[in-house]
Amino acid sequence: MAILADRKTRALVQGLTGAAGTFHAKQMREYGTPIVGGVTPGKGGTMHEGFPVFDTVAQAVAKTGANTSVIFVPPPGGADAILEAADAGIELIVCITEGIPVLDMVRAKRVLDAGLSSWEPSEGSQTLPRGSAAGEAGGLPTRCNLVGPNCPGVITPGAAKLGIMPGYIHRPGSIGIVSRSGTLTYEAAFQITELGLGQSTAVGIGGDPVKGMDFIDCLSLFEEDPQTKAVLLIGEIGGTSEEEAAAFIKANMKKPVAAFVAGLTAPPGRRMGHAGAIISGGKGLASDKIVALRDAGIAIAPTPADLGTTVARLVS
Amino acid sequence: MKIHEYQAKQLLGRHGLPVPPGIPVVSRDTLDQAVRDVVSTSKSETVVVKAQIHAGGRGKGGGVKVVKGVEAARHAASQILGMRLVTHQTGPEGRVVKRLLIEEGVSIARELYAGILVDRGCGRVVVMASAAGGMEIEEVAARTPEAIVKEHVDSALGLAPFQARKLSYALGLTGTPARNATAFLQKLYQAFVALDASLVEVNPLVVTSDERVLALDCKMTFDDNALDRHPEVAALRDLDEEDPSETEARSHDLNFIKLDGSIGCMVNGAGLAMATMDIIKHFGASPANFLDVGGGATQAKVTAAFKILTADADVRGIFVNIFGGIMKCDVIAAGVVGAVAEVGLRVPLVVRLAGTNVEQGTKMLAESGLPITTASDMADGARKVVALVKGQVS
Repeated sequence: MAILADRKTRALVQGLTGAAGTFHAKQMREYGTPIVGGVTPGKGGTMHEGFPVFDTVAQAVAKTGANTSVIFVPPPGGADAILEAADAGIELIVCITEGIPVLDMVRAKRVLDAGLSSWEPSEGSQTLPRGSAAGEAGGLPTRCNLVGPNCPGVITPGAAKLGIMPGYIHRPGSIGIVSRSGTLTYEAAFQITELGLGQSTAVGIGGDPVKGMDFIDCLSLFEEDPQTKAVLLIGEIGGTSEEEAAAFIKANMKKPVAAFVAGLTAPPGRRMGHAGAIISGGKGLASDKIVALRDAGIAIAPTPADLGTTVARLVS
Repeated sequence: MKIHEYQAKQLLGRHGLPVPPGIPVVSRDTLDQAVRDVVSTSKSETVVVKAQIHAGGRGKGGGVKVVKGVEAARHAASQILGMRLVTHQTGPEGRVVKRLLIEEGVSIARELYAGILVDRGCGRVVVMASAAGGMEIEEVAARTPEAIVKEHVDSALGLAPFQARKLSYALGLTGTPARNATAFLQKLYQAFVALDASLVEVNPLVVTSDERVLALDCKMTFDDNALDRHPEVAALRDLDEEDPSETEARSHDLNFIKLDGSIGCMVNGAGLAMATMDIIKHFGASPANFLDVGGGATQAKVTAAFKILTADADVRGIFVNIFGGIMKCDVIAAGVVGAVAEVGLRVPLVVRLAGTNVEQGTKMLAESGLPITTASDMADGARKVVALVKGQVS
């Protein structure tokens, strides 16, 4: 089972012919992910590294039956690429692109939340649960899932890798991972694998302030997923997503959850690499998030070296 | 990216927003002329001299003077220009004032607050206003949250006229000032969007005794990710206001923030970089910096990053913590070895490598003959670097 990515995944790569798109499309294919084609405007009709290239996502969907897209287009076109995928009926959009202007994402999210007229969810598609953060903001249930931008992507070990994470550090298992960080997610997956466990699905939701799926969207999918026995949540400074996740877990989850929050030592008012990782006006502190998570009964990893052992204890 | 008050006011002016007439001064040569020009065109005798630094609390620190007449203004300006201004935001070392704003004084009837930023909770722009102008908005939010009124903006519509009216009337304005404030807020929102700002604060937003509404002070911060499409904004960057090591890091496309600890860190990925700082603290020392070399760093970039760390006199030990994904461990190793060959190594160096090409990377470090301590995982690495630094200090 797992979540978001599975054996039914048929993925496109938007921005296929760029350096990052090419490299990672090949890596994903090597991992066994069905990459059915790519999109680069102006290069439709050609083949690139064995992948058919299309001018638009709509053409690609019509020809390949793709249901997923992984976006590598440069930042100025990132938000537009997300909207193009949504417009073409793509159910899962994974946007890897880092550096998309925030106001571009504000506009894109507004459209995604409101729903596009041409959206027809296909049979059995996994959609954001009603009452999710994204659904509520626009007052409508969202019909497609956006992961990212500025994220490592989604991997269901042994089934599909949709992103830039190294595949070999993962193995199929029962731990769900949801994280705002990239390399810290790798660290977590690696620690879990080293302990002889594995992951159901690992989702990097990205470090941007305005993004698609948030913690609670992924947590509710993990709660429903029979393969997942426990979840590891990795947060960081900035925003209130961790606090919202804590309240959600307390109210809605039966499965055990472990957590780590990065940035206890981060100074206020400075952006720590991720555009979303900034403490402003006393809000978004790591210490507040840890208190909220602990109060909700969540096991806290004391250091980033204890990510694996903390979640492993929950399933032993 | 932050800019100065006078730059923000010039941008507002270009977007049709009323600001007091003023002239920036960057050298003593033009100071006298600027003061004379402001006074000669002014309706009042009052002149405001304001230090331009990227920090709040300038008034309390003595960086803002309200005076009457040319002589007093010239005196105040010559005192402030070049002074070391210490505020609660500059740290004890303060900041040397290299720019001034000489401005016409206005007769103030009311002081209000207006701010615009992205509310990440719902992914929308929010316009905030408060009748408690002149106070820090964080303070108002903590003490009297009900005093702040907010309107979330639908990006498809922009700030609708009715929303701007709701804000103006909620501030207790009526008649002409209410109409002026409504227009002000709409234009402010338009400027925010047009410039890809991430924060605009007008504090205070004043109503003058002749019922005008204007920006008496303004703070603007911009989305770094959007600077490429706003070269006119990018050109406003003042390198004097930034840490030189951060400027150097940015020129190599590195995410670097100087901190006040003793252990230099080089990490790939922002989350892992923060976590590395945390684990150093956990084992009893403090990080000297945040440094994310990014996912696709080249050997040259790693070398540049390493040089920035070793150039910092506060750094007593270095911890390199890499989880190779796209980033390959052998590239990191080559960068570190290259940098040490070039600039030497005066402090203990602990390296933890994991992930892609870890064997090649580890081998390169071992064969380099350099005094590098290797670590098996991040806890091991943090423990070792803290022990080495503490041993060195005592």
